[in-house]
Amino acid sequence: METIRIENESRRQFLKASAGLTLAVYLPLGLAATDKSAAAKTVLEPNAFVRIGADNTVTVVVKHLEMGQGTYTGLPTLLAEELDAAWSQIHVEAAPADGKRYNNLLMGPMQLTGGSTAMANSFEQMRRAGATARAMLVAAAAQRWKVAPESITIREGVVMHAASHRKASFGQLTEAAAALPVPAAGSIKLKDPKDFVYIGKQAPRKDSKPKINGSAIYTQDIRLPGMLVALVAHPPRFGAKVKSFDASRAKAVKGVTDVVEIPSGVAVLAGDFWSAKKGRDALSVVWDESAAMKLGSTELEAQYRALLEQPGAVARQDGDAANALKSASKRISADFHFPYLAHATMEPMNCVVQLSADGCEIWNGEQSQTMDQNAVAAVLGMKPEQVKINMLYAGGSFGRRASTTADYIVEAVHIAKAIKGRAPVKLVWTREDDMRAGYYRPMFLHRVSAGLDAQGKLVAWQQRLVGQSIAAGTALEGFVVKNGVDNTSVEGASNLPYAVANITVDLHSPKSGVPVLWWRSVGSSHTAFSTETIIDELAQAAGRDPVEFRRDLLAKHPRHLGVLELAAQKAGWGKPLAPAPAGEAKERRGRGIAVHESFHTFVAQVAEVTVKADGSYSVDRVVCAVDCGIAVNPDVIRAQMEGGIGFGLTAAMHGAITLKDGMVEQSSYIDYPLLRMDEMPKIEVHIVASSEKPTGVGEPGTPVIAPAVANALFAATGQRLRKLPLRVAPGAGPA
Amino acid sequence: MLTLKVNGRSHQVDVEPDTPLLWVLRDTLGFTGTKYGCGISVCGACTVHMNGAPIRACVTPVSSAAGQTITTIEGLQGKVGHAVQTAWEKLDVVQCGYCQSGQIMGAVALLSQTPKPTDSDIDAAMAGNLCRCATYQRIRAAIHEASKQLA
Repeated sequence: METIRIENESRRQFLKASAGLTLAVYLPLGLAATDKSAAAKTVLEPNAFVRIGADNTVTVVVKHLEMGQGTYTGLPTLLAEELDAAWSQIHVEAAPADGKRYNNLLMGPMQLTGGSTAMANSFEQMRRAGATARAMLVAAAAQRWKVAPESITIREGVVMHAASHRKASFGQLTEAAAALPVPAAGSIKLKDPKDFVYIGKQAPRKDSKPKINGSAIYTQDIRLPGMLVALVAHPPRFGAKVKSFDASRAKAVKGVTDVVEIPSGVAVLAGDFWSAKKGRDALSVVWDESAAMKLGSTELEAQYRALLEQPGAVARQDGDAANALKSASKRISADFHFPYLAHATMEPMNCVVQLSADGCEIWNGEQSQTMDQNAVAAVLGMKPEQVKINMLYAGGSFGRRASTTADYIVEAVHIAKAIKGRAPVKLVWTREDDMRAGYYRPMFLHRVSAGLDAQGKLVAWQQRLVGQSIAAGTALEGFVVKNGVDNTSVEGASNLPYAVANITVDLHSPKSGVPVLWWRSVGSSHTAFSTETIIDELAQAAGRDPVEFRRDLLAKHPRHLGVLELAAQKAGWGKPLAPAPAGEAKERRGRGIAVHESFHTFVAQVAEVTVKADGSYSVDRVVCAVDCGIAVNPDVIRAQMEGGIGFGLTAAMHGAITLKDGMVEQSSYIDYPLLRMDEMPKIEVHIVASSEKPTGVGEPGTPVIAPAVANALFAATGQRLRKLPLRVAPGAGPA
Repeated sequence: MLTLKVNGRSHQVDVEPDTPLLWVLRDTLGFTGTKYGCGISVCGACTVHMNGAPIRACVTPVSSAAGQTITTIEGLQGKVGHAVQTAWEKLDVVQCGYCQSGQIMGAVALLSQTPKPTDSDIDAAMAGNLCRCATYQRIRAAIHEASKQLA
């Protein structure tokens, strides 16, 4: 088969070009045709990020995964800004896997979407790419019209020479522009921010239309000629292996073509999902559990509790926290428990693989190209560049698809290898597979002890964290783990912003067989909770208002202060909350605040809650303030704060993956419920005006909501909640 | 051999009668806009219309859909469908987008029955459609917006 490039948005064209029942079968050919015609029209291609066609389309190549966070809108906004293109002429294309051209500039040679870095690392790169193309179009027009380049302007894709009333579209100039040398980087000037027409304004999402008419292509939707669908029977316990299996009943299922053993289990292949599922249900496997993890959450927690009593690897040490704590006038000490959490993306993990004599082609909601190329190449004995990856829309990720082991991708490759590349293979995990096969946000225990002096000033802070390291033992270890401290375990705690002369933060990273991974906001998903609820307790102990108390301790952190003040002001902090509706006398209401920096973005949230006598509660309203530097796409920022809060609320109110005898107890959205429509609070988002370089917004909205809600629940009930998800004991409390 | 009427066309399909409609739509007929999310009707990603009413295709045996009028996101037409999709685009509801076909089919069914839904009508009708990106606030606003446009 000839090499092709999948373009998510090209499905419509292919639908037009293909007919009725056969459409799915012809997917690759349809796309190949689209791609060829696009190539034929391509004229000006000054760099790896933009192509301008004679048909006046501007194709922006995006190196990052669109998983909902808006990067297919944000990165083209930057390029369109400096190119002065019309928004409607911008088309988005997924970049291929190529760490040389498309590496994440904040991650060295790696091409990876993560850590809320897409905007931050692309801000200059995409603007320069657009400005370079613009300079070539201007030079071409100047030559054609025999005028000075400085006298030419561009507005919404129209190149103009005002004095002579001449105009040209990009398409009319691309051929001439392409014949010119690409200008030297040093000669490219970027716009003064006051001249921005898209940045900070409204640029509608580029992925909206295909996602509302069903034409957006996700991995789940890929169909190749002769493709087989594979389901895998995974061991019930992590670390177990196949001992033996009986495929006879599975093979008797109509449509099942193959049953093959792979390192992670036994795969059943069929021409369609349902036949493969029936085949897998009929399979019987005997597992070798000699190396399996057989502990439950309770046993793990007991191990972790013992570690809380022992000093760990030091992540931060200023002054002498132990002595300062001893001489403090008031002391607070609390233990926190954070469960394992599943990413639970709406699209369960899946991957399409096609092997050929000289390479391997993958279709995936691809988040970590270079690591995945390496992992796949190792399985196949190939070079990484022989692994071609088509990056598709991802039906959510939240960290899951940036797997440190390329787990599900490697699994799909093993299946394709086991059938000797006879057919393309689509590995599909069912919801239950996805919930039970890992990977999870690691379970963590924290202990925080803090002290105030006689004047109510914070003088001591000790924090100990116990939880598995995500990076240890992976290719990222050298990048992330320093002196025995995985920074992703302690981020948000080790950089506590509050002024305190004596602080120690230390860490235990016990090993267990449970696979763990980044989960939206990573370390901050737990550290924001312990730090922000303890600060609330300290404010109470000092007899101070929670906002005032924080304000005094944040004097050297103006951006924390900025969001704190903005959220408090917009929420009407200090004014009485509206009481519970009449006739609901036993309902108690409360308001709480939290502020946290993650991924260089600053967020404060005020949550309002209502608690019923039985302990059930609702989060009614959230006021969110965010400072992410220059707000490139304000509406995408608002959407990410809304979504980040909703994601954080699922963890605050519902989320827990638990183990019993080494087996994950949850299986689907029934026992791992997600936030539903009727639980979504009204959210207001306020963006701090800033001229700082832009930072990410995909993650930083998430960690702040749980502590804001816990502090609000305290205000309503007097109960300090330190175990997630947050459960309020029934009964009385302050009105 | 079963006859399925999908998006105004009849299709002959040779599948086991217990196969969920979802997999016939996706794997046999290629209507991949309807998504698989859970397989047990708790997430709503597979919502399609049968004779105008919303159903979960993942638990509907294809045999029970034979001869009925099935509409998927690809075949969504008419005033209500147009108003909902327009509102979705206007408010930039989508994030990852995977649940949105189901959300839109749910919203169209709601507005067809209840042209001016209250917030609690929306909660009741849409609580079975999960969105992991939590686009709920915009879904709610878009349903109200579409309702306004239809008035």
